[in-house]
Amino acid sequence: MRRETFVNIAALAALFVLPVWANATGETYWVTLTTKVVILAIAGVGLNLALGLGGLVSFGHAAFFGVGGYVMGILASHLQDYVPLLTWPFLFEGSNQMPVIWLVALVFGALTALSIGLLSLRTSGVYFIMITLAFGQMLFYFAISWPAYGGEDGLSIYVRNEFPGLNTLVPIEFYGLCLTVLVAVLFLVWRISLSSFGLALGAARQNAERLQAVGIEPFRIRLTAFVISGAITALAGAMYADLNRFVSPNMFSWQTSGEIMVFVILGGVGRLFGPVLGAALFILMEHILGGMSEFWHIYLGFVLLGVVLFARGGLMGLLAGREVSHD
Amino acid sequence: MTEVVLGINGISKAYGALQANNDITLDLRAGEIHALIGPNGAGKSTFIKQVSGAEQPDQGAVTLLGDDITPLGAVARAQKGLGRTFQISSLAMEYTVLQNVVLGAMGRRGRVMRFFAPVLKDAALLNAAMRALERVGLQDVAHVETAVLSHGQRRQLEVAVALTLEPKVFLMDEPMAGLGAEGSQDLIRVLDALRHEAPILLVEHDMDAVFALADRISVLVYGQIIATGAPEDIRHNADVRTAYLGDDA
Repeated sequence: MRRETFVNIAALAALFVLPVWANATGETYWVTLTTKVVILAIAGVGLNLALGLGGLVSFGHAAFFGVGGYVMGILASHLQDYVPLLTWPFLFEGSNQMPVIWLVALVFGALTALSIGLLSLRTSGVYFIMITLAFGQMLFYFAISWPAYGGEDGLSIYVRNEFPGLNTLVPIEFYGLCLTVLVAVLFLVWRISLSSFGLALGAARQNAERLQAVGIEPFRIRLTAFVISGAITALAGAMYADLNRFVSPNMFSWQTSGEIMVFVILGGVGRLFGPVLGAALFILMEHILGGMSEFWHIYLGFVLLGVVLFARGGLMGLLAGREVSHD
Repeated sequence: MTEVVLGINGISKAYGALQANNDITLDLRAGEIHALIGPNGAGKSTFIKQVSGAEQPDQGAVTLLGDDITPLGAVARAQKGLGRTFQISSLAMEYTVLQNVVLGAMGRRGRVMRFFAPVLKDAALLNAAMRALERVGLQDVAHVETAVLSHGQRRQLEVAVALTLEPKVFLMDEPMAGLGAEGSQDLIRVLDALRHEAPILLVEHDMDAVFALADRISVLVYGQIIATGAPEDIRHNADVRTAYLGDDA
């Protein structure tokens, strides 16, 4: 077995065992903390598809995270306030059902990524970074100036949304649901990485000219990856909003984009479980160091510096070594 | 007369005041290797870019089997059947040799937007890829990372990727560049056998390879074709000797 596969299995086992143990010992706070890790890891896995496989350094993934969050907030708040979301062409009162919310988040995330990608993917390098950042900030300021949904104060949802057959108010049940989604997303991205599309996406990152010479259009490949990536990140946004029962413009902010990117870099760019390790380390640092000092980001900065300078493969690189191409 | 597969009809290209290509006309017929030679700065790279679709000519046309492909970009020309190799090896270095060749087979068959099936378990793609590797003698390094290949192996891999495209025309930009005598001989044998599958437009500096392979040679000097003909005619052409080959050729 490859070392990386062993690390992946160990990480997954920890995500199964630790919250169950915490729940059994009454430490539900740790269950909620791990739920946060899992949801943010989903966002990271989404970005990793574009950044790791496709080499698309998007500094605007908060746009999709926020879209997912606001999809949840808008759908749930209308139902909560008894104000129909639509009265024409049919009556739609909103929804508190997670499957519906997730589906809408995926669709809106994908459409937002399609719109942003169609423009931004015509550029590359620093211009691509700047354009994605600009789109994220546009949506951030739009959310701030949207009083119908709380403006800069955000939007509170008083009761967590429902999932058929589960009591989502029970932390361990909500955690199980989130973990299932993470596993499904990891499986999807793993299969994509092995597929024809994944091979073409990796080639688009390494050598677009080569891809063109074999009759494959890099733009189309990158755009598709960007759309899938955006949809996954929007799904994470909807789940994160449900975890906190709160949506705010901060979900769109460049700091959020930066944090999602930090999960990927800390864990290992292009490594399947990299964002899972990265999100876990980030949240753990936030929890432990944040309890000691409100300036805990300084320490995060040192860790990030260390990773970038000495461990290019991130935490996964340290644990499993350099990624070697195999077939 | 043998069928013209690739037609270059009066193409010109200028960069500002520099006229890189001026009214170039040549053709490539079925079963032949047509070499384009010329000194550095003659405009060969500009010519290749226009034929491959990387750049559009200012005027003139490029045809493939009678169809005007001038407005098409590099991707569409590759899909139409133009298989090219690069002057400087242009490969996906992080991939294995096999993955690079499978990429070509994918492009040829349009099997790109498949998201779940493992590409390296697709028998049709693998067979096509392994056949191409065997043709150039790289089957033993199929699972080796491309970055660790020798220069000569990378040149061979370029040809293998072009082979998977099953092109109607091969466009080869200095395939012998940087190869030693033995490597050149190996590649000459591969190219010699290829001409029967698809004609080859060969841009090359290695005169031994050119005179060993070419059925016809065109000479490009200062952006213009100064002579086209059989190798022996070119060897004895006074203008060509003066401008490029020299008196020792």
